[in-house]
Amino acid sequence: MNASIYKSLLIMIITIYMIRLLPLLFLRREITNKWLKSFLFYVPYVTLAVMTFPAILHASSSIWCGAAALVVGLLAAWFNGDLFVVAISCCLTVLVTSFIF
Amino acid sequence: MKETSKTMSGGAWFAKGLRDGIPICMGYFAVSFTLGIAAREVGMTWFQAFLMSLGMVASAGEFAALTLIASGAGAVEMIATTIIVNLRYLLMSTALSQKLKSDIPIIHRFLTAYCVTDEIFGLSVAVDGYLNPVYTYGITLVSVAGWTCGTALGVLVGNILPDWASNAMSVSLYGMFLAIIIPPARKNSFIGLLVALSMAVSFLFSLLPVLSSISSGFKVIILTLVIAGAAAWIRPVEEEKT
Repeated sequence: MNASIYKSLLIMIITIYMIRLLPLLFLRREITNKWLKSFLFYVPYVTLAVMTFPAILHASSSIWCGAAALVVGLLAAWFNGDLFVVAISCCLTVLVTSFIF
Repeated sequence: MKETSKTMSGGAWFAKGLRDGIPICMGYFAVSFTLGIAAREVGMTWFQAFLMSLGMVASAGEFAALTLIASGAGAVEMIATTIIVNLRYLLMSTALSQKLKSDIPIIHRFLTAYCVTDEIFGLSVAVDGYLNPVYTYGITLVSVAGWTCGTALGVLVGNILPDWASNAMSVSLYGMFLAIIIPPARKNSFIGLLVALSMAVSFLFSLLPVLSSISSGFKVIILTLVIAGAAAWIRPVEEEKT
């Protein structure tokens, strides 16, 4: 059982590393295709937005705490933008609102 | 600040990475606790779970790995599932490949590849101009410390964090995502529109009958391809700022 767990882990660790490595290894030159360049420029914004909402609503114990964290996070990111400040503001919001909801 | 970021020394980038890694570390710690508890139920030792987190550094990917191990899946099934669940990293690595100087020593490509997680990618790709990978390593060092220790502790002691603490930390990662996407959205209204649209469609996907059964990993891939693809067609990026 133990040997098979280590073997399984090794297989999956190598597989996931290859997914991450291959593009970085083979796309060494700057992409010149305008559409592809623009697409890659927009990727992080779309990806992170999709991952944030509505998932943030279900991350904590209550939808309302999540919604409050979202609003505070949006405001903090809009007016301050510092990563640590925004993340902590969201955490504190959940902490405070969890006593209400 | 934006002007000086291009002339920052390697040491300064590394230090900035360590600092920016702190909120990721907190979020990872909370999530990986749950992962450790799940690993314990599958019968893993703390060392095996630690190794899994050190080697894979992926939340959904590791939960899938646990399911596969528990069900005694074969090697082919393991490889196929790992590829499908983690396919979004292929897209992220592709985007990140354009942030590295083309003549950077190859060792940095091997090292940066290890660091591609949702959060670390988000920070690294948001840097102005070319990415100094030392920044990514700084973030990763702090983040992975939280990720691996959280997993191991989850196996050893179960959830020692009080509920209120893990509850509060659960939104840390989403706060970071907002800090990455909202400031550019404020400056560039097209990006703002894109962010709002992406969230709206993502919300729709979670409500509609058939679409809501799509796994979150696949949802990210499909929506990224469609929305970023359409955006690139509607509004091609004019000038490379680097």
